[in-house]
Amino acid sequence: MSDSIKEKVIEIVVDQLDAKPEDVDESKSFTEDLQADSLAIVELVLALEEKFEVKIPDDEVDKIKTVGDAIKYIQDRTK
Amino acid sequence: MAAEHASPSASKDWPESLRLTGRKALVTGASRGIGHAIAKTLAERGAAVAINYVASEGPAVALRDEIVAAGGTAIAVGFDVGDPAAVDAGVKGVVEQLGGLDILVNNAGISIDALLLRVSPDDLRSILRTNLEGTFLCCKAASRHLLRARAAGRIINLSSVVGEQGNAGQSMYAASKAGVIGMTKSLAHELASRGVTVNAVAPGFIETDMTASSINGPARDALLAKIPLGRVGLAEEVAEAVAFLAAPAAAYITGHVLRVNGGLAI
Repeated sequence: MSDSIKEKVIEIVVDQLDAKPEDVDESKSFTEDLQADSLAIVELVLALEEKFEVKIPDDEVDKIKTVGDAIKYIQDRTK
Repeated sequence: MAAEHASPSASKDWPESLRLTGRKALVTGASRGIGHAIAKTLAERGAAVAINYVASEGPAVALRDEIVAAGGTAIAVGFDVGDPAAVDAGVKGVVEQLGGLDILVNNAGISIDALLLRVSPDDLRSILRTNLEGTFLCCKAASRHLLRARAAGRIINLSSVVGEQGNAGQSMYAASKAGVIGMTKSLAHELASRGVTVNAVAPGFIETDMTASSINGPARDALLAKIPLGRVGLAEEVAEAVAFLAAPAAAYITGHVLRVNGGLAI
């Protein structure tokens, strides 16, 4: 299950941020490595919320800095 | 499932920079008046059009049939722009049926005219709900799809000459329409990084059902005297301005208020 969450999150990140799949792994920072601006972060959060049927509050969004943070956030809330 | 997107053959007569072939548009409050003219004009330029209505299903369906008969693509979608859940579901349905969304025209609006001393809080809430919240909710629901459209993405909000100039007896309407201008300029900033433009069109006095009944007799003569072009405008003339802002030709225009008022507010 958790592996598939990881794959799905990475797939969404690649799609939303127009990134190359080989550039996206858990260590990557959205803003620094993947050049996401504030609008891109919002689009990404909306896509994650829709895909996993979770609600990510704004103060939680601020804590999600890397692809790994996003995967962990979703995993913790879809157990 | 996305509808097969056909364009009226007439759209090919337009220069490419003014054509809307392949674009998908939602026009709110499009069963009558200015919205009706906007939906028809966008369809003539080649856009697939979703005709939103709240109460007037008959005229909306008739317009849909007219566009389809002319070789275009159109659907009629009923939802109340002031109801957040209905807007979300309505926009989602439009995106599914048209296969995306490039252009949002926030036209749905109401007017309740009264001097301040006679204004009721319910009237104020009612006007703000449709004109301001409705525009806001539709922008919110549509924006993620418009962002995907990148440089084809357009929001065009209907304001009013009254939103800039004010008018005795229209303080509530003016407040809602001035609010639309502030919202338009803010969203122009927010969405610009993706090439999505956000503009307002501010009509003056336009011949519609809404104005025909409320402005007549000496008031009409006094009004005409203030309009340098000496006549009331047509809904089609507002639709032309909207179609221009929706087109590739207007890609570098954002945060603008385009006045279509015969010179009423020079």
